[in-house]
Amino acid sequence: MIRLLDPGPQTTIQDLGRFGQLRYGIPPSGPVDRLAFVLANRLVGNPDGAAALECTLIGPRFEVDGPCAIAVTGADMPVTVDGREAPGWTTLVVRPGDVVKLGPARVGVRSYIAFSGGLDLPPVMGSRSTYLRGRLGGLEGRALRKEDRLRVFAAPMPRPRRVARRAVPAYGSEPTIRVVLGPQADRFTRAGVGALLGNAYEMLPQSDRMGARLSGERITHSRGHDIISDGIALGAIQVPGDGQPIVLLVDRQSTGGYTKVATVCSFDIGRVGQVRPGQSLRFRAVTVDEAHRLLREADTVLETGLREEIA
Amino acid sequence: MRFLPAGDLAVLVEFDEEISVEVNTRVRALEFLIQQKALTGVVETVPTFRALLVYYDPRAVGYDALCAAITELLPQATTAVLPPSRLVELPCCYDDPELGFDLAAAAERLGLSTAELVRLHSTAEYLVYFIGFTPGLPYMTGMPDRLQIARLDTPRVRVPAGSVGIGGIQCCVYSVESPGGFWVLGRTPLRLYDPDAPEPILLRPGDRVSFRAIDRREYDRIAARVDARTYRPVIT
Repeated sequence: MIRLLDPGPQTTIQDLGRFGQLRYGIPPSGPVDRLAFVLANRLVGNPDGAAALECTLIGPRFEVDGPCAIAVTGADMPVTVDGREAPGWTTLVVRPGDVVKLGPARVGVRSYIAFSGGLDLPPVMGSRSTYLRGRLGGLEGRALRKEDRLRVFAAPMPRPRRVARRAVPAYGSEPTIRVVLGPQADRFTRAGVGALLGNAYEMLPQSDRMGARLSGERITHSRGHDIISDGIALGAIQVPGDGQPIVLLVDRQSTGGYTKVATVCSFDIGRVGQVRPGQSLRFRAVTVDEAHRLLREADTVLETGLREEIA
Repeated sequence: MRFLPAGDLAVLVEFDEEISVEVNTRVRALEFLIQQKALTGVVETVPTFRALLVYYDPRAVGYDALCAAITELLPQATTAVLPPSRLVELPCCYDDPELGFDLAAAAERLGLSTAELVRLHSTAEYLVYFIGFTPGLPYMTGMPDRLQIARLDTPRVRVPAGSVGIGGIQCCVYSVESPGGFWVLGRTPLRLYDPDAPEPILLRPGDRVSFRAIDRREYDRIAARVDARTYRPVIT
């Protein structure tokens, strides 16, 4: 059992997501930074889809009442276990009565905390992920509160491991985000597409799990900004009339009527989600073939990213 | 028809540049065929007015192979393959200004009596083109031409879930409380989205929908049964 002493500003339960429901208007949810989430689960010996916590900007403080292993990945939040500093991206063994605390993120936005066994909640429509706007899944469809108690499935203690340095993503600098142009790139002027690919865009504080709102050089339309509403893919860069891009994320609306100039590749969604308000990013266009090759590379980094911890 | 890449995990299959029952039927028929044939690598599909968004796993199928497999299904994507559609009855209370707060003003704008407006709205049969934007929200066609009306000049900040509205050529039922620019004629006590129900979503793409005018007493009675989870929607 885990007892929340302080939940942090927005801590939710996520698994890999709720699939097959977009045709009913329900987004997949799940972690914004899938890579960091999966690595956290693997560090504690869980299947990739075990339910874990996503914390935003400031982490929670909680007490564990039984022995288990935890791992913290994602944004760089200072971790202490029972007052002692502890590393991220590493299996941590905690004892009954230990208090774990994650401080404010120094780099990045979203951290993940996985527990050996995974969080034990009833799946809703096949998933434990929290969809906040739809009040669905997780714990009563909401962010965690003080005094919430979470059960953890029983599991053997995993052997301790850490994530190899080369597999730890760098969230700090101005990241270059790979996109595939379209589906409606033809609804923009050449200058508009050029603006998207040639300039840095700054993350706005209104960003959330639904969409990352950016500000920068105007992306101009050639034939108006409205289309007949169609489906919105993960990472779609929607550009309303003001010419400012919004990258649609895991809690996005399923359909919409704004033009989408390009779509962020799945393997870079997590990097978008780790850009802090005020920090910038850049976009670079790749073809679908290139994107699929890069996806396989990202898979390889994940598959070979864990190292045995030498005691 | 054309294929438009939507990132590395999805492709948009776009039909004609128009909103019509004919085009939307082809979209839904294609979706049905993709599901029925369990096309390799397809993760999920999202039908809209004139396009089908197909999410796929590129580890299981390449972009070109997927587009080729979809192209092969296109000739069969007609009404003939679709299973019979359901008819879902939505009870709707029009005659209480607390629920249908724009009924009188809409009737005046349209030059109709409120009774005539209710009659026209509740005797039409609507078709759900698709569900989208918010959970369970139906995009429907079938509204009588006589009820075409410009949207509200100033959208409301909050429209309660269950509100039945008209705007442009569309009829809409709000599935969750949200802002909106439709004229609200009434409210259904049914929940189009209920996160706590075993089946949270009431309507599906391709459903036909009719509204049955009820008075406030019946509205309250059905609402109580919906709360108690003893109400079964009339679906034929």
